[in-house]
Amino acid sequence: MLHMVNKSPFSNSALEEAARIASKGSPILLIEDGVYAARAGTSFAPKLADILKDHPVYVLTPDLKARAVDKLVEGVEQVDYSGFVDLVEKDKVHSWV
Amino acid sequence: MMDEEMEVNENVKKVMFVMRKAPHGSIYSYEGLETVLITAAYEQDMTMVFVGDGVFALVKGQDTTDIGIKGFIKTYGALEHYDVEKIYVDRVSMEERGLTPDDFAIDVEVKEAEEIAALMEEQHATIPY
Amino acid sequence: MKFAVQVLEAPYNNQASDTAYHFIKAALDKGHTIVRVFFYHNGVVNANNSAEPPNDDRNIYKRWTELGKEKGIDIVACIAASKRRGIKEGQIVEGTRISGLGQLADMTIEADRLITFG
Repeated sequence: MLHMVNKSPFSNSALEEAARIASKGSPILLIEDGVYAARAGTSFAPKLADILKDHPVYVLTPDLKARAVDKLVEGVEQVDYSGFVDLVEKDKVHSWV
Repeated sequence: MMDEEMEVNENVKKVMFVMRKAPHGSIYSYEGLETVLITAAYEQDMTMVFVGDGVFALVKGQDTTDIGIKGFIKTYGALEHYDVEKIYVDRVSMEERGLTPDDFAIDVEVKEAEEIAALMEEQHATIPY
Repeated sequence: MKFAVQVLEAPYNNQASDTAYHFIKAALDKGHTIVRVFFYHNGVVNANNSAEPPNDDRNIYKRWTELGKEKGIDIVACIAASKRRGIKEGQIVEGTRISGLGQLADMTIEADRLITFG
């Protein structure tokens, strides 16, 4: 199952809850304000590095660009809207709104 | 008649409602519960799981009189009459909030994260409120 | 593949409507089917036809008309949530309609994937 998070980890526990509950190996997709979690050099970055040990993490490129998030935690992969659709086609999706 | 029933049974899908919002401060939890009741009429295999602040919705003793908002804690008690019997609470969320199963207005089953993950993977669809 | 889309937040206030639109466009481009779009919670405001967003920004309401009328996608605002928020039959965005929560249950059962934007 794909776990989708659209909230900033600095103001909302959605990503931490998603990562805690998601089964090992299931992918996490960060969209909208969720992409701030992928920014390198933040206080959350080490936590994302931990999450990456158990889950592939994707970020939505248009949301990164819109927020000037240009330095990513190592291992995070980018997708555009087309790649987003492919992820949802591959797996069922839960949205941690 | 028999044929119709067979057909309905073949179409039963697993649907899980993941409740993550506290009650009263926003309407998500209340309107989410309305969806659960309506979906129950479709006779699907339904599960409700309470995660994060969602667990606060189940705490007994809520009195909304003085905030003037319609309380809905009693509605959870009616869920069993709608055949919604799989009602689970995430253990970590519950403990983080200083709660135990005795604090809830209804009987719930406390689940570990891994159990919730496995249940999520089984679903046809999961709906967040 | 058959996708069903739920939108839980009001347009402009949250990005949910925008992301849902881009997702739907990309899904259609790839040949997928959108079974239905369902507006719930403040998402029903997406169907409000009396809104007048400024001209220098995207018009989210027109996007729903494009998807509903031109692409033939069924777009439904929940009646109970609409009543609470003053969204009324006859005053809704072209290409959308108001109906019950059963429409959400229906699309959830019918679609291969339910995706929620909130």
